[in-house]
Amino acid sequence: MIFFDLLKAFAVGGAICVVAQLLIDLTRLTPARILVLYVSIGVLLGAVGLFEPLLRFAGCGASVPLIGFGAAVAKGVREAVDQRGAIGILSGGLSATSAGITASLLFGYLVAIVFRGGPKKM
Amino acid sequence: MKFDPKSYQTLVSRRAARSPILPNCLRAFAVGGMICALGEGLSHLYRAWGAERELSMTLVSVTLVFFAALLTGLGIFDLLAQHAGAGTLVPITGFANSVVSPAIDTKAEGLVLGVGAKIFSISGPVLLYALLSGALYGTVYYLISLFR
Repeated sequence: MIFFDLLKAFAVGGAICVVAQLLIDLTRLTPARILVLYVSIGVLLGAVGLFEPLLRFAGCGASVPLIGFGAAVAKGVREAVDQRGAIGILSGGLSATSAGITASLLFGYLVAIVFRGGPKKM
Repeated sequence: MKFDPKSYQTLVSRRAARSPILPNCLRAFAVGGMICALGEGLSHLYRAWGAERELSMTLVSVTLVFFAALLTGLGIFDLLAQHAGAGTLVPITGFANSVVSPAIDTKAEGLVLGVGAKIFSISGPVLLYALLSGALYGTVYYLISLFR
């Protein structure tokens, strides 16, 4: 049932964002540190096998937040080690996330070329 | 009036505008949840078009990254992010924004040491720590697999 899939993605994805919002409001962690923290937590969740059940339950509610990026790195490393041995330690992380990274850089570059900068802050 | 650092700190923290935590969290929940639900909807669409599960997830990431980059260029993303806080930051849209935003801002510094270097100013740390922890995990996993 597609409606329940959307609802689960909404609830879990929203909850993951609320945790980050609380961290920002209560600890004054900067956004950049939140991103680093989340991606590292994602690798940890993927490594200990907690991410897969969350992904099965929430779909994009788990994979779209940045922990999904970290979990993809962990999964890529594990599969590459299984298939190719020790070299997978070095090759697995980037190959699993290459599409997202290259898309970000490519679209980022194109947008930077096309658009003018305005007053912004991050 | 004289202050020692400690009493000054308490005065500042008492005076500082308190960000309303509950409304912030509600907005982060609504916007973040909506982005994830949008992703889920897209993944259903891609699967209906014949993509397998894994590929559909990758396509969702690429689609969201594209729109986040475009909206950043148009200046709309930052308006949304001011209200949504972690709601736009934590989804992959925040990563895309962290790539595009410094790239636009540093265009005047040139395409190599401006855009080329600063495009990584926030996404670089994210990639670094993701790959570092991945390599650490891989090492542990490899060593365990030797003794199995």
